[in-house]
Amino acid sequence: MSAANPTVLTTADLAAMIPSGAKIAVPPDYSGCAMALVKHLMRRPVRDLHVVAVPQAGFQVDQLIGAGCVARVEAAAVTLGEYGLAPRFTAAIRAGTIEMWDATCPAIQSALQASEKGIPFMPHRGIIGSDLLKVRPDWLVIDNPFAERGRRDPIVLLPAIRPDFAVFHAVKADRNGNVWIGIRRELMLMAHASTETIVTVEEIVDTDFLADPALAAGTIPSIYISAIAHEPHGAAPLGITGVYPSKPEELRAYAQAARTDDGFSGWFEAHVSRERELA
Amino acid sequence: MNTTPSIAATTGTAARLQPSEIMIAAIAPMLAGLRHVAVGMQSPIPGSAALLARALSGGRLRVSILGSTRQNAFTDGGRELFECAGQGRIDAFFLSGGQIDGAGNVNLVGVGDISSYPQATQRFPGSFGSSYLYFVIPRVILFREEHSPRTLCEKVDFVSAPGTSPPEVYRPGGPHALVTPLCVFTFDRTRGRFTLASAHPGVTPEDVRAATGFDYDSPAVVPETASPDTATIDMLRGPIAQDIAETYPAFARRVWNV
Repeated sequence: MSAANPTVLTTADLAAMIPSGAKIAVPPDYSGCAMALVKHLMRRPVRDLHVVAVPQAGFQVDQLIGAGCVARVEAAAVTLGEYGLAPRFTAAIRAGTIEMWDATCPAIQSALQASEKGIPFMPHRGIIGSDLLKVRPDWLVIDNPFAERGRRDPIVLLPAIRPDFAVFHAVKADRNGNVWIGIRRELMLMAHASTETIVTVEEIVDTDFLADPALAAGTIPSIYISAIAHEPHGAAPLGITGVYPSKPEELRAYAQAARTDDGFSGWFEAHVSRERELA
Repeated sequence: MNTTPSIAATTGTAARLQPSEIMIAAIAPMLAGLRHVAVGMQSPIPGSAALLARALSGGRLRVSILGSTRQNAFTDGGRELFECAGQGRIDAFFLSGGQIDGAGNVNLVGVGDISSYPQATQRFPGSFGSSYLYFVIPRVILFREEHSPRTLCEKVDFVSAPGTSPPEVYRPGGPHALVTPLCVFTFDRTRGRFTLASAHPGVTPEDVRAATGFDYDSPAVVPETASPDTATIDMLRGPIAQDIAETYPAFARRVWNV
């Protein structure tokens, strides 16, 4: 592997790259969450993260909040989906211990697209008349300067979102550090928009994805990748498309336990603290 | 083995229809003649209605269900739905809300005084795509499985997406109807008000009034929501139930035992 290629590290080393106070972009539950890496962040624990959900957050963000790692959540929604409300998020909102930047899905994607293009903001339809504008003073409304003469056309401007790190789990990397994501193109957007991208993968294969056009179309080139770790089942108990499904019993057990402070502590002790001792 | 389908199918009555089936059958005709319908997250009833409408259209209607692998042709990530909608390529969509008010405003953020934001007496997940899609998709159908004064309230505590907008605001889209287990309301965008269009079998207009927290218009005689015919019920309980189970297994099991 040449020096220009991303380094292959352990998942613990990957997690150690993320300092307290970092702004991290994470995918939704269905798109490859680096759940094993998140356990390292919780054990340390990292503090004061600004989490950008692309565009909604689920189990990993709820766990990070419960472990006291998060200062601010920027998201279109935080939910455990069919497993119910995100209990640690809900408790933190009630207690006032996290800052919330409510958004709407396409606003987060568009603000990341601005960073992808290297421009400072993105215009956006809709939103006007939503109370999101009241709670997001960083979002502005201007008159479309290209509107027909004599016609008002108010439009929202969103400042670019530039995460320090995109953090996710993917199916495979090749020997050159290219990461195949298939149809999960939101991961491509996250990688393009973030200063650094760190990825755990199911497998590292001795080939070059870019040599095969069918694979290359779904590949994030190593240009954007800072470091990779080989972590089989790194998304569990969530699933990863085409490789393994989620584990409903484990997810349900978390959703149940995390309803109370004590329940979360018990879950943390069993699934985060103890695994370190066994490791 | 669930024997309910065959009984209802052979008798052809709506007596054994479940509330979610009435809702699905009420939504499906609203999609007739459209080109492309999209279904968002946590929307099993709209998803079933869209698949039913596609079957009734002879396959001409395109249906995109988020979270589905088989019923989803998008290939450019989470943003593609929104960009497709922004161009006017999506004709109908579905929204629910923790609160929906009589002006068609939808609240997906929380209950409590907005001046204390982000603290809330009850926090909902968040606005998802509503603050955008409500503006750009021509026919947005609201649905809510709990029909109560708490959920269908006079005024939402937080506007995730407004029901109407001033004339200068670009807005080809907006609310079309609101479907609940009790009734169907239609929405008048000029007046910014709901009208009771039909009450489901066994539900009286008085029941609807008592369960609804907002004021709305009502005709002197309120029609009964049309019940699906036997062929439609068979289709719903057969192939549609199988198809929606891919994305919503828990829902399909609860309603149809598949």
